[in-house]
This record gives sequence, structure tokens and C-alpha cells, in this order.
Amino acid sequence: MKIFSVIVFFFAGCIFYAAQLNAATLVVGKNKPFTSIKAALQHCKSGDTILVETGLYKEQEIVIDKTIVLKGIQQPVLDGENKYQIILIKAPNVVIDNFRLQHSGKSDVNDIAAIKIFHADNVTISNNIIDDAYWGVLTQYSNNCIITNNHLKAYAKESSSGNGIHCWKCDNLRITDNTIKGHRDGIYFEFVTNSIVQKNISENNLRYGLHFMFSHNDAYISNIFKQNGSGVAVMYSHGVKMTGNSFIKNWGDGAYGLLLKEITDGYIYHNHFTNNTIGIHAEGTTRIKVEKNVFNSNGWAMRVQASCSDNHILYNNFQNNTFDIATNGSLVLNTFDHNYWDKYEGYDINKDRIGDVPYRPVSLFSMIVEKNPSAMVLFRSFMVTLFDKTEKVLPGITPENLKDNFPLMKPLAL
Amino acid sequence: MIIASNLTKRFGKLKALDDVSVNFMKGECIALMGPNGSGKTTLIKSILGMVVPDSGFITFNDKNILRDWQYRRHIGYMPQIGRYPENMTIGQVIAMIKDIRSPYNTAFDEELIESFGLNAMLKKRMRTLSGGTRQKVSASLAFLFNTDVLILDEPTAGLDPVASEILKEKIKAQIKKGRLVIITSHILSDLDELVTQVIYMQEGKLLFHKNINILRNETGQQKLARAIVSVMHNQRS
Amino acid sequence: MKKIIKYVTADILRNKIVLAYTVLLLIISFSVFALQDDASKGMLSLLNITLLIVPLMSVIFSAIYIYNSAEFIELLVSQPLKRKSIWLSLFYGLAAALSIAYFIGAGIPIIIYQPSATGFIMLGAGIILSIIFVAIALLAAVLTRDKAKGIGITILLWLYFALIFDGLILFILFQFEDYPLDKFMVFTSAFNPVDLCRILILLRMDVSALMGYTGAIFKDFFGSQTGSFVAVTVLLLWVIIPVWLSMKKFKKKDL
Repeated sequence: MKIFSVIVFFFAGCIFYAAQLNAATLVVGKNKPFTSIKAALQHCKSGDTILVETGLYKEQEIVIDKTIVLKGIQQPVLDGENKYQIILIKAPNVVIDNFRLQHSGKSDVNDIAAIKIFHADNVTISNNIIDDAYWGVLTQYSNNCIITNNHLKAYAKESSSGNGIHCWKCDNLRITDNTIKGHRDGIYFEFVTNSIVQKNISENNLRYGLHFMFSHNDAYISNIFKQNGSGVAVMYSHGVKMTGNSFIKNWGDGAYGLLLKEITDGYIYHNHFTNNTIGIHAEGTTRIKVEKNVFNSNGWAMRVQASCSDNHILYNNFQNNTFDIATNGSLVLNTFDHNYWDKYEGYDINKDRIGDVPYRPVSLFSMIVEKNPSAMVLFRSFMVTLFDKTEKVLPGITPENLKDNFPLMKPLAL
Repeated sequence: MIIASNLTKRFGKLKALDDVSVNFMKGECIALMGPNGSGKTTLIKSILGMVVPDSGFITFNDKNILRDWQYRRHIGYMPQIGRYPENMTIGQVIAMIKDIRSPYNTAFDEELIESFGLNAMLKKRMRTLSGGTRQKVSASLAFLFNTDVLILDEPTAGLDPVASEILKEKIKAQIKKGRLVIITSHILSDLDELVTQVIYMQEGKLLFHKNINILRNETGQQKLARAIVSVMHNQRS
Repeated sequence: MKKIIKYVTADILRNKIVLAYTVLLLIISFSVFALQDDASKGMLSLLNITLLIVPLMSVIFSAIYIYNSAEFIELLVSQPLKRKSIWLSLFYGLAAALSIAYFIGAGIPIIIYQPSATGFIMLGAGIILSIIFVAIALLAAVLTRDKAKGIGITILLWLYFALIFDGLILFILFQFEDYPLDKFMVFTSAFNPVDLCRILILLRMDVSALMGYTGAIFKDFFGSQTGSFVAVTVLLLWVIIPVWLSMKKFKKKDL
């Protein structure tokens, strides 16, 4: 048996080697066999590698329908002349590496992208610069693709703009180490499952840094979302893991670090929410665990609407936020335990590092502001301080059950 | 030197001055008399610019004093009740007033400070002083600057006889120098010999303004107080 | 005038209350910074002191001082001095003494523990509020002859600026909930120097929250150069107008 399997491996290796031998490398460039990529594509066969030398290539739409490796040498420039889609990939196992793609066409009707992957699995897009594209990388019906180390920059205005990395009906994608600036959404997932978004930097995008719709069992890890219209929106999805991300300075009317809408079974762990108007806005979420995050200097650390249930918020640090928690109803079906709240004024007589009286993170004034946002101008006035102190002593309006029964006396080291 | 014309001043319902016109000339010593609340102090304060009359005007050396403040350099004023910043010492008060008036008056007449023995208690705080000592401070300040006009509001009230005598001598000396001295008082028996003119006020009105000698002749009374009582008596009947 | 300011300031500094006020501020400020592990929490406590205690202290102390100085003022008025200089000297003396007290009592701890833009705005606010409430006290004192009544009025004024005004604003906000009141709010804040200072500090401290909702309008307005200029001008008017009115009144006042 053992010998048999060795033989099988040997033959398999031979076949693979033969295929390699069979594969050709075509070079595109000035004074080379091919002066255009399209010409090289016509002559190549699946398994070939096309090397493109540095230079400016205006080839209208390059359609790749064979399994090839398209590799740039010193980042040749592919220019869409503001009219054309630059690359369309229709074959599996294609690699696009080390190009500069610029000035794609702009159209709302045709979804023009710098790189479009359509019905093609196992595609790799790596080390490219995508500048001034309408859509950056558009992936549809394609599984197991890798998009890594690309730098996307767009100059989107309110009316016309596409997303940086847009994925639709895909499975098992890996999107890592990219930077995306100035698109509508930095990264957009719709009907995307089992995928990982890791170590990307998404900033100054018009709408969201990262946007999930109907995308289940995905994870995004160690990304930075900075100064977007809003940080991340996770909507109508379940089983999304969000860990180690930073949500920074998402400022504006109704701007969030993280928006959770109609999602279930998520896990939010070890993230930093800093300087956002709202750290997390949760609405219609169920069974979410928010653990060991740091909420610092936000307007509202969390806004948990009454439509949320069975969520657990525990072991987080709440520091320097204008308001810790806001809510819009009196019904509370979530737990807030073992957090550190810098506004906690209780005591710890038995020295177990847990405050002896519960902390109520919703202030009366935050309820007033909820009703009448303009009242915000009265914040920190003597009157409001009096209101809040009275409410702390005799709770009447703030939700009775919204409290941390085990508030920590010292912040967690996170 | 000082001319007041048709002064009227009301404090609420009370008419403190009612159409008062009066002349004060150089070299005169005027006794401003009348019962309590007759308007003496109001008249003095009007001259000093501390009270602004409702109508009428006052000139000092032919200049209207309204909106003027420079003229006060020619006046030495001794208030009825000398009230001073409580935390300051006598020495500090004197130094301060000297300092304030230094642009106008440089030759100081410190005779009263010496003769009242204030030099020995320059370090005493004003709040610790008795009424009499305060009066001594007030008097010393009024005479400090060799001013042409001296306005003394009840100068001898509260002074012991010795101090009173010192003050009287001082006033005499000033009159001799040809200065205008205005003294208010309701009892003037001890100042009889100084006075040249008598003004009598009642309920804000100026009843009469007469030379003392004429007054004495009219009433046949040598003592000023008696003369006045006699006038009052005649008027009433 | 310089001479009178000198004597007024010396007189106020001899007053132990100002000294006690300075020491109290100093103790409070150092303890709020030392007790909180986070300097920005200390700033919050200091904000309340700046917006409440400082105006209260300024307005009451100044009013009492003016009433207690009736003799001093009388003495000065009988001297060859302009009434204007006497009154302005009183103002300068009080304003200087109370600003210095705030600067030493709260400013030094702020500079040590929180030398940030927020800290300096707080310091500026404390000083300008000290001066504004001296001006208000001067006006109240010159308008009422009776000491008890005058001090009562200053306390009422303080209560109005610290509490009642905001209550009225809240009432209006809820009465006219359906109307856009944001611009109106910017306008109204000019009528209360305490609120104006509070908003200027708020724009630093709670900028994240203010970026949502109404705050954006405040941020847009007060954050701009014109806005800061308008805010400072309004605060200065809060000094100039009461001082000017009180001086007009004092010039004609019978002593």
C-alpha cells in the first residue's frame, strides 16, 4: 500500500512537472515579441505566464479567459482612459500581480471596474496600485479568491462613486493587507460567506469603511477604519467575527464606528473604538458578545436600541466617552457586566476590585438628548448635572434594568 | 468764590434742597445752621460734587462744577462722620491722600497731625479707632493741603475739649489767611467768635443768610445760638 | 488713575477672602487632578468649578466689596479725582484681583496637568467669567443703594445665568420641538456668558458627541475663525456693557 501511494505521488509529480515544462512565458514590452498585452493573450494558452515590462498600456478592456499569470515588471501602467473597464477575468486560477491600474471608465449602468472577476474561482489579485477607478476590484460569483496588498485610491464625490473592493455572491475570499481610500464603501460584501478580511486600512471613504450585507460566517480581523462616513456596517448577517480592529474618528451626524443591524451570533472582541460620534450602534441584534473592547473618547460609546436582545457586553473599558450607553426604550434584554466605566463613582469595601453598587450607564440627559437632540447644547450645564445626579439617586426615567452589577474599579489592560 | 443758584434736590419724597441760592466769598467764615435733616449736608455735598442737584447749578471761581473735578483741588473737606477703608492704617490713609493730591498740592500743612498726636499712632488700623480719633484724622486731612476753601461738616462733634480748641485755633488761622471756611453745625456756641456769616436752613429752604454783626444787632443777642433762637421765635410768631 | 488702581488692588489683596479663595481653588484643583488617574476627568470637575463657583465668587465678592467701600469711594469722590477714574479703578482692581486668584488657583494646576488647547480655553473662560461677573456686580451695586438687596440681586443674577437660563432653554426646546431651533440656539447662547464659555469648552471636550446632531452647527460656527471672533467679542461686550452702564450711573450717583 505504501509503495503504491509513493508511485501515485511520483506520477502525479511527473505530470505536474510536464505541465510546467509545457507552460510558456511571454514577454510584453517595447522591442519584445509582443507590444501589447492583448496580442500576448491571443497567443498564450492556459498555464502560461505573461510578463509585462514597465510602460504605459492603453488597451481598452483586457479580457482574460485563460488561466494565466499576468505579472508586471516595475509596475507597468494600464490606463482605462476614463472610458473602459481595464481587466475582466473570466477564467479560474488567474493571477494579476504588480500593476498600476488607473482611470477606469465611470458608469453606474455597467459596473465598470479596474479589475472585474466574474465567475472565476481561485483568482489572485496582488501588489497592484489602483488609482482613480470607479469600482476597484469587483468580484462576482467567484470563490476562493485572494486579494492582497493592493492600494486603492479614488476621488469619489457624493453622486458618482463605486466601492473599493466589492464582492457579490462569493465564498471563501481572503482580503488582506490592502489600503482603500476615497471610495464609496471601502470593502463591500453582499452574499459573501466564510471569508476573511484582515489587516486592511480603509479610510476617508464616503460611506462605510467596510460594509456587510447578507454575508454570513465571515471574519474581519486587525483592520483599521478611519475617518470614513461611518466605520463598518454589518447588516442582515449572522456569525460575523470582528476582532482586533480599530475604529477611529468616524465623525458626523449619525456616524458610527460600527453599525450592527439585524444581525445574530456575532462576536466583537478586542477592538478599539476611539473618537467616534457613536462607537457601536446596535439595532435588532441578537446574541452578540461584545468583549474586551476599548471605548475611548466617543460621543456615545454604544447606542443599544430596544430592539436588541440577548446581547452580552462584558469586560470592556469605557473611558472618556461623553455618554456611555444610550437607548431608546425602557425594555432591556441585554447584560452589561464586568465592564470598567470611568464615570463609576461607587466604592469597593470588600476589595474584590468590583464595585459594591451597580453602575447605571444610561444618564437621564442622554435620554433627553435621545428625544430632543438639540438639547445637547445644554450638556455639562449645572442644570443637567443636577438632573443626572438626581436620577442616579432616584432612577425614574432611565431603564431600571440597564445596569452593570459588577462594575470594575480599575480599567482592564487591553 | 462759590455761587449756588436755585439748587433743588429731592431724595424720593423728601425735598433736601428747595430752590437754594447762596454766595460764598473769599475770607468769609460761614456758619451753615439748621435742624437735623434741613439740607445742610446736602448743600455741602452738592458743592463737593458728591450729590448732583436735580436743577440749578453751582459755580466755583465762575466755572460750573458739573462735569468738572479739577476744582476740588482747592477744597479741603472734613466729613461729618469720617469713614475710611477699614483695613488701612492712619499713616496709609494720609499717605494715600497725599499721593492722590500730589500733582496739585505739594506743600503739606502737617500741623494738625502733630498737635493731635497722630504721629504716634500712624500704624493703627482705621477700624480700631474711636470716633474722636477718626475726627482728628478727618480734620488733619482737610487742612493738609493749604486749600483756599475749607468745608467742615460738624467739625467739633465728638472731639474732646483740648482737640476742639486746637481745631478752633487752626480755623482762626485759616480765616486770617483770607480763606473761605464753611462750617455746618447745629450748636455753634464754641465757634461764635470765628463766624462772620450765618446761613440758616430749614426743610431744604434757605431761611436767611446774614452777616453775624447785623444778626446780633437785629436780635440784640450777643450769643449766636441765642440770636438764632430769637430769629426763629420771631418768625414763628 | 494708576494711583487709585494701586490703592484699590492693595486694599483688595489685604482682604483675606481673596487669599482664601485662591488657596481654596488651588487645593480643589490640585486634588481633582491628583485624585483622578485621568487628567481629563479632573478637567470635568474643574469645568464645574469654573462655570459655577467662579461666577458666584466674583459677583458676590465684588458686590460686597463695593458696598463695604462706600466710605472709601466717598473719600475719593471728595478728592480732586474724576468719578470715571474712581469707578474704573474699582473695576480694574477687582477684575485683576479675581483673575489673578483664578490664574493662580486653577490656572497653574491646569498648566501643570493639562497643558492642552482644552486647558487653555478653560483658563481663558475662567478669567473672562471672573471679569464679566465683576462687571455685573458693579452694575447691580450701583443700581441698588441697599446692601442686602444688592447682594440678593447679584445672587439671583448668578442663579439666572447658572441655572434658570438653561431651564428656560430646555423648556423652549421641548415646547417648540418641531421647529428647527439650532441656529436660534447659537444666537441665544450669546445672552449667557456662562453658556457661551461652556459651549466653547464643550467643543473641545465632547467634540465627538457634538459632531452628531445639533452640535455640528455649533462646531461649524464656533469652530470657524469668524465664530471664535464673534464669541470673544460677545464675551468682551459682556464686560464692556455692564461697566459702561454702571459708570454712567455712578457719574450721577449721590453719595
